[in-house]
Amino acid sequence: MEQKKSIEEFGFPLVVDEKSGALQWLDVRELNIRYTISIENIKPFYEGLRQGKLLTTRCKKCNELYFPPQKDCYKCFSSDMEWIELKREGTLETLTVIFVRPPSFSMYDPYTVAVAKLDDGPKILAWLKGDPRKIRPGQRVRVEIGRRKEGYMMYELVPLG
Amino acid sequence: MSENVAIIGTGHSKFGTRKDVNVAELCWESIKPAFESAGVEPKDIDYFVVGTAGMWSSEAAVPALIAEYAGLEPKGSMRAEAACATGSAAIRVGYTTIKSELADLVLVLGVEKMQESPSSTVIELIGRFGSYFWEFENFGLTFPGYYAMYGTAYMIKYGATEEDFAKVAVKNHYYGAKNPYAQFQREITVETVLKSPYIAWPFKLYDCSPITDGSACVILASEEKVKELGVEEKVWILGQGTGTGTANLSKRKDFTSLPSVVHAAEIAYKIAGIDKDDPVKYLDGADVHDCFTAAEIIAYEDLNFCRRGEGMKLVREEQTYIGGRIPVNIDGGLKAKGHPIGATGVSQAIEAYKQLLQKAEPGRQADIVKGRWLAHNVGGTGHYAYVTVYGLEKR
Ligand SMILES: [Zn+2]
Repeated sequence: MEQKKSIEEFGFPLVVDEKSGALQWLDVRELNIRYTISIENIKPFYEGLRQGKLLTTRCKKCNELYFPPQKDCYKCFSSDMEWIELKREGTLETLTVIFVRPPSFSMYDPYTVAVAKLDDGPKILAWLKGDPRKIRPGQRVRVEIGRRKEGYMMYELVPLG
Repeated sequence: MSENVAIIGTGHSKFGTRKDVNVAELCWESIKPAFESAGVEPKDIDYFVVGTAGMWSSEAAVPALIAEYAGLEPKGSMRAEAACATGSAAIRVGYTTIKSELADLVLVLGVEKMQESPSSTVIELIGRFGSYFWEFENFGLTFPGYYAMYGTAYMIKYGATEEDFAKVAVKNHYYGAKNPYAQFQREITVETVLKSPYIAWPFKLYDCSPITDGSACVILASEEKVKELGVEEKVWILGQGTGTGTANLSKRKDFTSLPSVVHAAEIAYKIAGIDKDDPVKYLDGADVHDCFTAAEIIAYEDLNFCRRGEGMKLVREEQTYIGGRIPVNIDGGLKAKGHPIGATGVSQAIEAYKQLLQKAEPGRQADIVKGRWLAHNVGGTGHYAYVTVYGLEKR
């Protein structure tokens, strides 16, 4: 809008910076970036979420557990992984409430991001449901599968007790 | 690997909102004084490095841009990137190039013009400095959010308060007010910080470093070149350590320390001949990466300026002001001086140069007794760590 007006007025896409009075060229080119990311090798993770399960990979050769799941084991160089189910309970380690959100999250109210240590060992980072002010150190949480405003499923942390 | 490396010239633009210049002009503001103070010309440069994270500004090929604007064509160059440690990564390239005897004179420029994009776009882009797929895509972590999780964990573990964090901002604004290159040249109170709106709990607006335009430039020279030019005013790079952390925060052992920094510091101390159990004894001061207030407190501990859990005591007792145990960020730090991502590490090097040569502005000159200054520059949330020790006497 601003740009169109300035082109009509000055013959160029110009605008004067309010604070400094310095003349600015309003970029005519716009770039939208949206990535296409391969999940071919972690497909079972999403199949698991659909069934309400938290699945991850474990190296068959050396038993190393990976979460988030990954295709390759750097410990023994094997790529022979098995999919196992993680128990969906753990203890909260830290949290923050994001008040100033990125534009791509502007449809959400301030949200709480937390890290919990699962009883099975790995840590998980996700949104924490409920009032963050009621959370105390050592809070027990459960991993549940929720629905996002965009309509897709995603894991989240829910306080227990 | 015998060649010593010195900073022989420096230049620093005014940091802040720089709508009055374009990217190339902003670069020249620091390049020109760097050449002048080094007493060399563009034709003398063997190689140059540009630290810039980019994305938010229009020009991506900054080395080519300044090859043209600053007369460096056809010399070799590259662009370096390590998130908020980009400036130190650029110094790393210059330092190692000279050390490996592939060049005698290297220009290192750090630049960022973040305000060419609206702040909402910058918030979006800077949140992507961790694990994009697992922690940004679905959970929208912002840069303050990443560090806020460290702040929260530190509060839980050691009983620090939001007021403790606020005192870091108060100190850094106190010195920023004395630095003519700083974005915010005004003092604030604890109340200013506590009353400011939450960005990512427990951080409020005044716990956070700002979005900044700025450039900083140093000219590095080999020992041989220093002799040849007869340079009198110089500061040596005594040692540098580097570290890298996991992309996912969920892979971190705890949230009160950055292992990449501990690793980098150990290496830097060893190379610089500093006892890692008591580095304060060897240093006249330091610049640490206070992108957020709690990060400065954690830095004290990771650098071993004090024991674990005692960083907040240094703040409470004002031990990091001039005259205290060790002056820290007496240029205003990222908090008040500003944080133009790619320029920050280079700006820290310039502060080391100014402090050691006693060229700092009135009211913010530390006592120089030991002749060493430390710079701690972190990219992302400990995703990259650079610790550099500068000194008046070569090793
Ligand atoms: Zn294995």
